[in-house]
Amino acid sequence: MTVTETASEWQKASYIAGQAADARVNVELETEGMTLNIGPQHPATHGTLRIVVRLDGEQVLWADPVPGYMHRGYEKLCEVRKYLQINTLVNRIDWLGSFANEVPYILATEQLMGIEAPTRAQYIRTVLFELSRIANITLFLGDMGVQLGAITPVFYAFRDREHVLNLIEGATGSRFHPNYNRIGGLKDDLPKGWIADVHAVMDRVRHFCDEMEELLLGNEIFSTRCRGIGVIPAAVALDYGMSGANLRASGVDWDLRRDDTSSPLAWKHADWKVWTHPDGDSFARYWVRLQETREASKIIDQLLDGLPSGPIMAKVPRIIKVPEGEAYVQTENPLGVMGYYVVSRGDLGPFRVKIRSASFNNVSICPWILRGVYVPDIITILASLYFILGDIDR
Amino acid sequence: MSLLALSYTWTTVIKVGVVAAMTLVGPLIFVYVFLFKMMSHMQSRLGPMEAGPHGTLQPVVEAIKFLQKEDIFPERADRLVFAAAPFVVLASTFLLYAVVPAGPRLVVENLNTGVFFAMAVSSISVIGILMAGWASANKYSLIGGLRSAGQLIAYELPMILAVVGVVIQAGSLSLQDIVHSQADGSMFGWSGIGNPFIITQFIGFIIFLIAAQAELTQTPFDMPVAESELVAGYMTEYTGIRFLIFFISEFGTAFAFAALASTLFLGGWYIPGVHGTAADVLGPIALMAKIMVLGFLIFWIRFTYPRFREDQLQRIAWKVLIPISLANIVITSILKVAL
Amino acid sequence: MSLVPGFIKGLGVTFKTMTTRAVTVQYPRQKETPPNRSRMVIALSDENCTVCMLCARECPDWCIYIEGHNDLAPPRREGGKPRKANVLDRFDIDYSLCMYCGICVEVCPFDALFWSPEYEYSEVNIADLLHDKDRLVDWLQTVPEALGLEAGAEAKKGAK
Repeated sequence: MTVTETASEWQKASYIAGQAADARVNVELETEGMTLNIGPQHPATHGTLRIVVRLDGEQVLWADPVPGYMHRGYEKLCEVRKYLQINTLVNRIDWLGSFANEVPYILATEQLMGIEAPTRAQYIRTVLFELSRIANITLFLGDMGVQLGAITPVFYAFRDREHVLNLIEGATGSRFHPNYNRIGGLKDDLPKGWIADVHAVMDRVRHFCDEMEELLLGNEIFSTRCRGIGVIPAAVALDYGMSGANLRASGVDWDLRRDDTSSPLAWKHADWKVWTHPDGDSFARYWVRLQETREASKIIDQLLDGLPSGPIMAKVPRIIKVPEGEAYVQTENPLGVMGYYVVSRGDLGPFRVKIRSASFNNVSICPWILRGVYVPDIITILASLYFILGDIDR
Repeated sequence: MSLLALSYTWTTVIKVGVVAAMTLVGPLIFVYVFLFKMMSHMQSRLGPMEAGPHGTLQPVVEAIKFLQKEDIFPERADRLVFAAAPFVVLASTFLLYAVVPAGPRLVVENLNTGVFFAMAVSSISVIGILMAGWASANKYSLIGGLRSAGQLIAYELPMILAVVGVVIQAGSLSLQDIVHSQADGSMFGWSGIGNPFIITQFIGFIIFLIAAQAELTQTPFDMPVAESELVAGYMTEYTGIRFLIFFISEFGTAFAFAALASTLFLGGWYIPGVHGTAADVLGPIALMAKIMVLGFLIFWIRFTYPRFREDQLQRIAWKVLIPISLANIVITSILKVAL
Repeated sequence: MSLVPGFIKGLGVTFKTMTTRAVTVQYPRQKETPPNRSRMVIALSDENCTVCMLCARECPDWCIYIEGHNDLAPPRREGGKPRKANVLDRFDIDYSLCMYCGICVEVCPFDALFWSPEYEYSEVNIADLLHDKDRLVDWLQTVPEALGLEAGAEAKKGAK
């Protein structure tokens, strides 16, 4: 209640009485807040994110995320590496969906050089991109359960993610850090029998999604824990620069895979749907990611069925020297929009690479969203925002 | 225990020995069967396989591992309280075993207020948990301890109220008498399997199980030890033997509560058609089977569900369970008087 | 919406999993075979190496150490001049630094480096992860034949 010029005498009197009563209570029950450091070493932050929260009882007065404990200086490293060497570095930004990190960087470099990879290469890139999305998001689908106390889903997630990682290993040679993209194409073509394996695994992934839906999403306890917790209205989400599933869960129908028509990648050749949810709460974020996993498996199936034949490498000079210029390419990565701004001065390596990673923006909403929630909800919200530490700190 | 003419001192020693052994054996069985094997298979893995055949000795190995760890005290901890807390919690578990009958004559202490005693000693653990939470001088421990105290007090009530229905029906507070009244009872004139109170007191049984789940701080009521937010709640600062004692008492209490529930609702040691000495031999086996079934239920729920938030679980206790159990008591007493 | 409440369905899922076979592979006794292309360890064919240093230069974290010297090799034709040849003295890869990116294998113009899917070389002492020339040559036996490519792939010109 506020006292305004037009307020009546009675209103003023009751306001003063209310203030006096509050003051009395405060004197009688003087409580002291508590500052709690969640992290940098804490089971909920899966990494080294530190969140300083000021608590009144179990309620958060304010929260302040302190990133940077895992800063690895990628942008500076990129200035002293050659183009291909950077490719193996950027793998490690979002380590769960590592293939997806390479793609926007390679696309930006290709754009600078004026090269476009052949269609087959673009298809395979898209397939692996979506595979890394599944590898990334399945872990979220299980991990959300762990953060809410259900330990079983995460084991199912690891079990079925293993198959996806095996596929990535089968094609690229490495489970986590594929380094499979090359400027102008791919390192190698797919090995024999790979496509059949993928179809089998995609069935498993869809089965996993059904399992998660029964085990976690349909659980009444899960929905009481998640519904209405950490509601982000669409306008706020856009103001904080959020992207990916976090934004779509707030009802913003924006997906670069569909909306970026100039992208050479092959999403436009598949029939799929962008899911949005109007609620914007933790439940919506989980739901949207679950649907996205299913869509990704459909995209992969369709693209592999329509895989064109042909070369996988465009004509590229032996020594890669990128002409002067600058390019910015962003793609819809598992965690959200990831972009690389590459500036070249005509050397063997770029002059400057600015990396826009999704998690940093997604987590920057923490002070706004964590105000007034309870301690258990901090964990729910952090888990549902889904960040990868490497993606925040780079 | 009248068959052996022993002095009071020796009977006491034997009784304490039996209870102490059960306090260790119960958790060992539960940890191996449920925590190691059932959980692992539910999560599509094998669990420990190395120590002994199928990892049977793994709980012992774990205990030895904890025993050889350094006993660390936090610098700012209240040393005496910190050191004593696990033993207070263990004492509560220990005393619970004393009253559960395993056969017509196989009971450590046949108190005529057995149910009352069991409910009373199970609340002692709250003190130990509060002591641990406060003395650790750790913010996570403090939050965990306070949550735990609030939760245990809230769920103590529905548990006791659920038991009251059984007590009214049996007309006795003695656990042995409750078993007897289930064995001698009949359902609509048919006395083939006696009258286990799970049939007439089904609501009470469900409330007892839910409350027991909460008393044991198992998921979905494990907010006090929520590992993803409070690290390990009131146990955060504990290592070595003191952590082991907390661990034993957690699973020991689970075993004891399963035993209590099977005594109160499933007929305890009673097997239809078995009486006298045979019941003394087969009774413990029957009780064990029932305990395992209930333990399976408790841990099945634990490994499947996410957890409630603190305010939500308080709401369930005060707004749902307590009114229902009160209504259950009223209906039971009306029927008891009417029939 | 089905009539079965969600919390009962969840119990069904865990129970069903309990009755199915566990997926655990008990590692030291059972082993999974990694895919043919797995990048696990780098094998060296020292006859092919010409000490050109390309791999050492392209390595993103400079974990390859090469030393060599010039030597005279016997002439190709009888009566000819002795040829100049580079002799490899040292070829070490420090696997504690290696990022397994595969750039060295790719840039090698003389096919001296190969990937092998052999992964059991963990060490107690980190210094032992520095594999010297002999050890790298030993890995050569474990290098598999490259498998065929998926349908629609174009054979590489001058295939490696």
